[in-house]
Amino acid sequence: MKSRDATRRSFLGTGALAGAAWTACSAPEAEAPAEPDQPSSLGTPVSRYGQRSPHEKAARGVRESQTPEAASSRTPLDQTYGIITPSALHFERHHAGVPEIDPATHKLLVHGLVDRPMAFSVDDIKRLPSVSRVHFVECSGNSGGEWSPAGAPTVALSHGLASCSEWTGVPLRILLEEAGIQPEAKWILAEGADACLMQRSATLEKALEEGIVAYGQNGEAIRPEQGYPMRLILPGWEGNTNVKWLRRIKLTAGPQYVKDETSKYTELMEDGTAWIFTFEMDAKSVITAPSGGHMVDGPGFLEISGLAWSGRGKIRQAEVSTDAGQTWTEAELQTPVYSKAFTRFRLPWAWDGSETVLLSRCRDETGYLQPGRAELIEQRGRKSAYHCNRIKGWHIAADGSVTSAEV
Amino acid sequence: MQKSSLLSIATLVACAAPTLVAQTYGVGRPATADEVAAWDVTIGPEGRELPAGSGTAKDGAQVYEVRCKECHGDQGVGGDHAGLVGKPEQLKQTPPLKTVGSYWPYATTLFDYTRRAMPFEEPGSLSADQVYAVTAYILHLNGLVAEDDVLDRESLPQVVMPNRDGFVRDPR
Repeated sequence: MKSRDATRRSFLGTGALAGAAWTACSAPEAEAPAEPDQPSSLGTPVSRYGQRSPHEKAARGVRESQTPEAASSRTPLDQTYGIITPSALHFERHHAGVPEIDPATHKLLVHGLVDRPMAFSVDDIKRLPSVSRVHFVECSGNSGGEWSPAGAPTVALSHGLASCSEWTGVPLRILLEEAGIQPEAKWILAEGADACLMQRSATLEKALEEGIVAYGQNGEAIRPEQGYPMRLILPGWEGNTNVKWLRRIKLTAGPQYVKDETSKYTELMEDGTAWIFTFEMDAKSVITAPSGGHMVDGPGFLEISGLAWSGRGKIRQAEVSTDAGQTWTEAELQTPVYSKAFTRFRLPWAWDGSETVLLSRCRDETGYLQPGRAELIEQRGRKSAYHCNRIKGWHIAADGSVTSAEV
Repeated sequence: MQKSSLLSIATLVACAAPTLVAQTYGVGRPATADEVAAWDVTIGPEGRELPAGSGTAKDGAQVYEVRCKECHGDQGVGGDHAGLVGKPEQLKQTPPLKTVGSYWPYATTLFDYTRRAMPFEEPGSLSADQVYAVTAYILHLNGLVAEDDVLDRESLPQVVMPNRDGFVRDPR
């Protein structure tokens, strides 16, 4: 130990000297420490739970709200890599705050049109056969600002109510079959343990085919903001149906027409009628780099990168235009491509320094092509607040500044 | 809190159907009728699950004054949060006016949501009578019930909301 201390002092001394020399000839950043060729001291010891580098500042976008418990925060999609959203940056949309739940006492009740109403503890659920699946969750109000020609100024604001995780849990089918599904059951009602007892109806068909009661997110327990200790995942369906803090599932003959599937999350048409149970999220893509708020540091090579996803299956193709839509080039998709998951696309590009607009569009495995704004409005009118999946453009000015392109 | 013995009985009856034998893992435990009744606050559009209790718009005006007005405005208009009064014609204006009166298809939804999620900062704190009363008041503001009409588990589902037929299944 003695010799080790001596060595450390010696290194510290050298470092201090080197630092002084470096400081003398770099006046503008006089406080910055020297970076020696080799670290001059030992690093920090092992720790029980890792933290990101203090240099990394990516954060969810939070807007001032009178009711911060019934509000949303947005994923800074331009500060994430690949297809997985770090759990700490997963977007939030709460309606009555994040409840504090003790997993030792939490239970999931399955009842209604079943043979045997059942209660499952968290431990019960973890005993059952599990699956892990990569899926996006997207608020159906995501990109609501894109109904306007101007669109939102950054990708967090325009598309940040979507995130993608590896979810681990038990197929909902197993839990429902433990209770015995009666033939009259055609729908489920899912309820959360938050203060407003958030509820949504969903079809039994979807629940049986793809529903997951998830307790894991990206390799660890689901974060409280994402539904700890368990949430419903209905892959590809609007975020609100993926009920967090799941505590009750009732099998029913029909939908319940709860507030969040009538007053909210319905699509008003121009004639005054409204589409209800608009579950699937249509295919959507957005370029994340470069994107609004970025400054491109001069002409030259620049990788264009973005995300595409569809609530109806896999992304088959992503295309990028670097000339405001005159020509389109197929981008490379990161593999494997998962169904109903973020799909990263990338395109090598050399910016010539002149003003232009970058666009992306995607096609999913059903053949559906992401529409432009005019086409979407032709289909839906202008009164809908949800499910906006129009093509997004980023304008690059000659000085390299990137802003939302008006369409 | 809003448990009623009738609700418990209804649940018991619903669960007493013949058992189909399916392969199961034997994990989890049977839920008791009491614990199901305690949590089963679901109210469908036919209102069969509505609890005992009653109230009028006249009673509800007092509840509204104390528990609702701060956010939803005087007589359901002009508050910082969801507007409560309107007519379906106003869905065609720009921007559309989506309120209980103009948009919501079922009166049962108003009762259900108010009971479990309102007032915002104290959800679940209103008695069944208070929820019936404030529901009656909001429906009265929309011209759908008279001031002295008694709303209860029988009469509430009879209220036909003006936009009941305004919803169509997703045609995408």
